[in-house]
Amino acid sequence: MLSFISSLPGAIAQGAIWGIMAVGVYITFKILDLADLTVDGSFGTGGAVLVVCTAGGMNIWLAMLAALVAGCLAGLVTGVLHTKFGIPAILAGILTQIALYSVNLRIMSGKANLPLSVMKYKDILLVTLRNINKSLVVCALFVSVIIAVLYWFFGTELGHSLRATGCNPSMARANGINTSTNKIIGFVISNGLVALSGGLLAQYQGFADVNMGRGSIVIGLAAIIIGDVVFGKLFKNFALKLLGAVFGGIIYYIVISFVLWLGLPANDLKMLTAAVVALFLGIPYWKSKIAEKSIKQIPGGKTNA
Amino acid sequence: MLEIKDVHKTFNPGTINEKKALNGLNLTLNDGDFVTVIGGNGAGKSTMLNMIAGVYPVDSGSIIIDGVNVTKLPEHKRAKYLGRVFQDPMMGTAADMWIEENMALASRRGQVRGLKWAINNKEREQFKTMLSELDLGLENRLSAKVGLLSGGQRQALTLLMAVMKKPKLLLLDEHTAALDPKTAAKVLELSNKFISEEHLTAMMITHNMKDAIAYGNRLIMMNNGQIILDVSGEEKKKLTVEYLLDAFTKLSGAEFANDRALLN
Repeated sequence: MLSFISSLPGAIAQGAIWGIMAVGVYITFKILDLADLTVDGSFGTGGAVLVVCTAGGMNIWLAMLAALVAGCLAGLVTGVLHTKFGIPAILAGILTQIALYSVNLRIMSGKANLPLSVMKYKDILLVTLRNINKSLVVCALFVSVIIAVLYWFFGTELGHSLRATGCNPSMARANGINTSTNKIIGFVISNGLVALSGGLLAQYQGFADVNMGRGSIVIGLAAIIIGDVVFGKLFKNFALKLLGAVFGGIIYYIVISFVLWLGLPANDLKMLTAAVVALFLGIPYWKSKIAEKSIKQIPGGKTNA
Repeated sequence: MLEIKDVHKTFNPGTINEKKALNGLNLTLNDGDFVTVIGGNGAGKSTMLNMIAGVYPVDSGSIIIDGVNVTKLPEHKRAKYLGRVFQDPMMGTAADMWIEENMALASRRGQVRGLKWAINNKEREQFKTMLSELDLGLENRLSAKVGLLSGGQRQALTLLMAVMKKPKLLLLDEHTAALDPKTAAKVLELSNKFISEEHLTAMMITHNMKDAIAYGNRLIMMNNGQIILDVSGEEKKKLTVEYLLDAFTKLSGAEFANDRALLN
């Protein structure tokens, strides 16, 4: 039990980093009502850009900015594929994601894994396994600033028009809103945040890997769903809903470290995550089915159909 | 105010489902005209309104609103000239957003949306005053989700949103068809009130011949994507349902096949 408890702070830090990525996914999945698979690629892009920039001697904050911009560009590509090429959002995301695999390898000069020596950079890195207390503070700072900025943005005229685009595109167009442009803006912001989160994770674990984003959309969805299930009744305000997604990420990582401590092989984790997400996505549907079955009837007819 | 010149539209051309929806449609509306539009199913009434709004492009012809040729403008750019209410009460509002948020969206129709706050307190007061005119008790529910409202309330709100920023042309596409008779009458009265108070130019599709006769200063009847009857002024005031049914049979060579219109 002690080893589990001692792993908690690390799990919280890592969960918060994935929580930032879940906030990015929230924008496309919840606000625009689109499933964007670009994130599996753009998460790795963020990590790769950060490691290459930092190792090249760039200031860590500038390197974070570079990761953010790289993610925004990835989102721009998906947005253009979806709105200007008429490709369905899911397929547009998959295309960008596949392309990003090559792009990420290019960024890392053809290497599948690029280390960021923790010994050499330990005073520079914003978050790192070697200093979990500092990592927790930095994560809290990032989460607060990102949620504050998004809260402001989605309260503006433009932010409102993005929400209308996701909620009812016909109504949005009838009120003069360019739904195509708005979707692109959503993809850009979302993937920017995802790449930022990838940049943080690369620092935290001390390396960038071409596969580090694989399955991240599922983790993002898991965080959003867990946040919704646990805090949905309590958190009605938009900022709190975003915070719910971050908490969802943290809970996800605590549960992961718990099942690992129980002895689940690490290789089976993705299977478990997918099963949990499928289960929670299915619950609302089953609820309606059960409601149908339990209709109160008045006896009548000779036989039951 | 509106000129439609020789507009053609064929859906699914070259397939077994080919449907000529508009067949050389010509129409000119004067400033302040309130036109009611009747016709059988598939006559092209909704297609005409959707063409004006730019939901899909025309095959040929021109559409001119207030002197501006909008034929090639996309839907969201034409929105600055148009107020629209749809048949489906769910279509005109964003269900997950509040009443005041929906109204704020509508009040910026045709404007560039920037990074200013979406709603300010002055607007909230204006919204309250406008909502109290609907007399549905919505003025105290500014922060209620629109999805919680009834179909009639949503349709009244959509109507208010369509006129709160004065449109050059108001398009009402059978906007009372999905409502119960009492609510339909109320929404229709509100529409008439807004149109006369604000001197709006408006087109209203309806399946109710009595309403088509009672409201507006002009009536057009459509068949096969063309206008077959156009009555206005004093002549319109003398119209009867029987006359319209006779006229339809004579002009189109078919019975007016629409149960809803006949039952009304």
